[in-house]
Amino acid sequence: METTNANQKYNFEVVRWFSVAACIYFVVGTLLGVYIAAELAWPFLNFDIAEISFGRLRPLHTNAVIFAFGGCVLMATGFYSVQRTCGVKLWSDKLAWFTFGGWNLIIVSAVITLPLGLTQGKEYAELEWPIDILIAVVWLSFSANFIMTIANRKSSHIYVSNWFFLGMMVMITYLHVVNSLAIPVELFKSYSIFSSVQDAMIQWWWGHNAVGFYLTAGFLGIMYYFVPKQAERPIFSYRLSVIHFWALMFGYVWLGAHHLQYTALPDWTGSLGAAISLAMIIPSWGGAVNGMMTLSGAWDKLRTDYILRFMIMSLAFYVMSTFEGPVMSLKTVNALSHYTDWTIGHVHSGALGWVGMVAAGALYHLVQKLWNREMYSVQLVNLHFWMATIGIVIYIVAMWISGIMQGLMWRDYDEFGTLTYTFAESVAAMHPYYVMRTVGGFIYFAGTVVMLYNVVMTIMGASKERSTQTAHAQA
Amino acid sequence: MSEQIHSTKLQDKMERNVWAMLLMLIVLLSIGGIVEIVPLYYLDNTMEHNARPEILWQRGANQTMDDWNPGDGVRPYTGLELAGRAVYIREGCYLCHSQMIRPFRDEKERYGHYSLATESIYDHPFQWGSKRTGPDLARVGGKYSDEWHRNHLIAPRSVVPESVMPNYPWLMQNILDSARVASHLKGMQRLGVPYTDSDIESQAAKVSGLTEMDAMIAYLQVLGTMVRLDYGVQYRE
Repeated sequence: METTNANQKYNFEVVRWFSVAACIYFVVGTLLGVYIAAELAWPFLNFDIAEISFGRLRPLHTNAVIFAFGGCVLMATGFYSVQRTCGVKLWSDKLAWFTFGGWNLIIVSAVITLPLGLTQGKEYAELEWPIDILIAVVWLSFSANFIMTIANRKSSHIYVSNWFFLGMMVMITYLHVVNSLAIPVELFKSYSIFSSVQDAMIQWWWGHNAVGFYLTAGFLGIMYYFVPKQAERPIFSYRLSVIHFWALMFGYVWLGAHHLQYTALPDWTGSLGAAISLAMIIPSWGGAVNGMMTLSGAWDKLRTDYILRFMIMSLAFYVMSTFEGPVMSLKTVNALSHYTDWTIGHVHSGALGWVGMVAAGALYHLVQKLWNREMYSVQLVNLHFWMATIGIVIYIVAMWISGIMQGLMWRDYDEFGTLTYTFAESVAAMHPYYVMRTVGGFIYFAGTVVMLYNVVMTIMGASKERSTQTAHAQA
Repeated sequence: MSEQIHSTKLQDKMERNVWAMLLMLIVLLSIGGIVEIVPLYYLDNTMEHNARPEILWQRGANQTMDDWNPGDGVRPYTGLELAGRAVYIREGCYLCHSQMIRPFRDEKERYGHYSLATESIYDHPFQWGSKRTGPDLARVGGKYSDEWHRNHLIAPRSVVPESVMPNYPWLMQNILDSARVASHLKGMQRLGVPYTDSDIESQAAKVSGLTEMDAMIAYLQVLGTMVRLDYGVQYRE
């Protein structure tokens, strides 16, 4: 009864489509990751085919997980939670469908252009200028709908999850527009208007904040809505959420400079970035504490509620990687870690552990609400949870070892004061860890297949049930 | 109940008014970027050629690009090198190779003098990279023969057995298009790279009949050779 009303009151149809799309892109994005990981372990897998060579597939992998998977998760959860927390329907249904169609058109364009080598050559901003313009338009359509829905709300105050979504929308607009400024020389080829040190700083201002706002602030918004909902308890502390929200918004913007320690970027900029990075441990952990302590007094739920387990495990990874990040931003650590696989491991503990797991938790919650039934198999949710956890651990351990080993081999001197290892020797030494990373990634990927199967079976069960009910009603 | 203020007045105002919150975010989120990016455009010690103009090629009024000799200073890429750089970007080389040597003893011995900001002044976009799955290439120019590069790009493991680099045999087949190179050169000119109109014409004409392999090798062979850096001089604080 409650659901029927909610279905009429809110626009859930667009949320359903975004949720299913997110589950599909989860599989696609991680599959691409496994394949390029395998290419590094066994280079013959490049098969001398330009379109699937590592350098072209890697941008497709990052774009698939960030924009396709991450974007659809953010849009599904954003459109859902803004309606529920504001108590009103989306401002514009038409605009919401435009957002869905436009975003998927962007993803299809990425799948076509990136393997063809059409790229701006800036990490995580590879898509060429016509697609960049489309991204800006669709992103603003998502933001406008979200903001206007809040403006129309029935509640007096704006709920905390929406603050994080709003911050993400403003910042991603800034980042995307500035970093993508370019002069077209062909239909699908342009050159950035920036060069040298200014381009480097702008690129990593974008690069780090794509992580900081898209994959952190946005997903904290998800956490603030879905953890309390799933745990059926209010957020631990309102004050903590106010303080850590504003601190995170102000501080995260500064961190990009720490990607350029010891480069030709002036020392003051890198040091400033590192100093603020260290300070950011506090607001980051503030958010994690707020999420975890929401379970205070109800910890037993973790034993029975597998969806909640995803969310709490994601916060554990969030705590870990928001500690690791500031440590890596310190100049002495960065001197070793920069340019190595350690960075890749760090990104994946955040992406697979924090983003992937909180998204899975939120999507399972959403699927049950949107189709108004329990998951097809709770055992499979549990299986996915363990596959994801084990996969991540294998992945990041492999990257820690290979990263630190690379760093140490490159700077190692023998008793005669000459470099001990050639670069090629360090490449050969990475092989076992590249294999191990592929295995870990594969397990994580297989978990996403389990999830997709479970979601599809749940939805099919729901539609079968509905048609039986209709048949009964007609009879 | 909803009249009660649970935090400060300002926070309460923003929680009640989405436009107030949006305005606050717009202002707050712009600060970090402005503080870190804008000074890089006007602080003179950001680009080393402000103190040492000899790092940048000072082209005479009647000189053409052919009058440049290695070591004369950083100059714009030739048409062939620029075409090679476009291939470098297209194939995603920057994802596994950095072009930014840090001021450490081991990097100096392995790769050469640390990189300067001015060395990438004509690089739109910059190619510093973030990962060394393969070695740094900032000063790879002149280290290997053209023949070595050709073999290495066609089949990396034929010359470096440990390599995990993909093969790039298609570079041999793809022929360069002068018109495309001209449009890329024009784009660079519009971005402020000092090409004259006659440079564009002559540089684009020079690539006709050559392959992407020739372009790629020309690009790799010029990396790090434009300026001769002196170990006794401190270019950067």
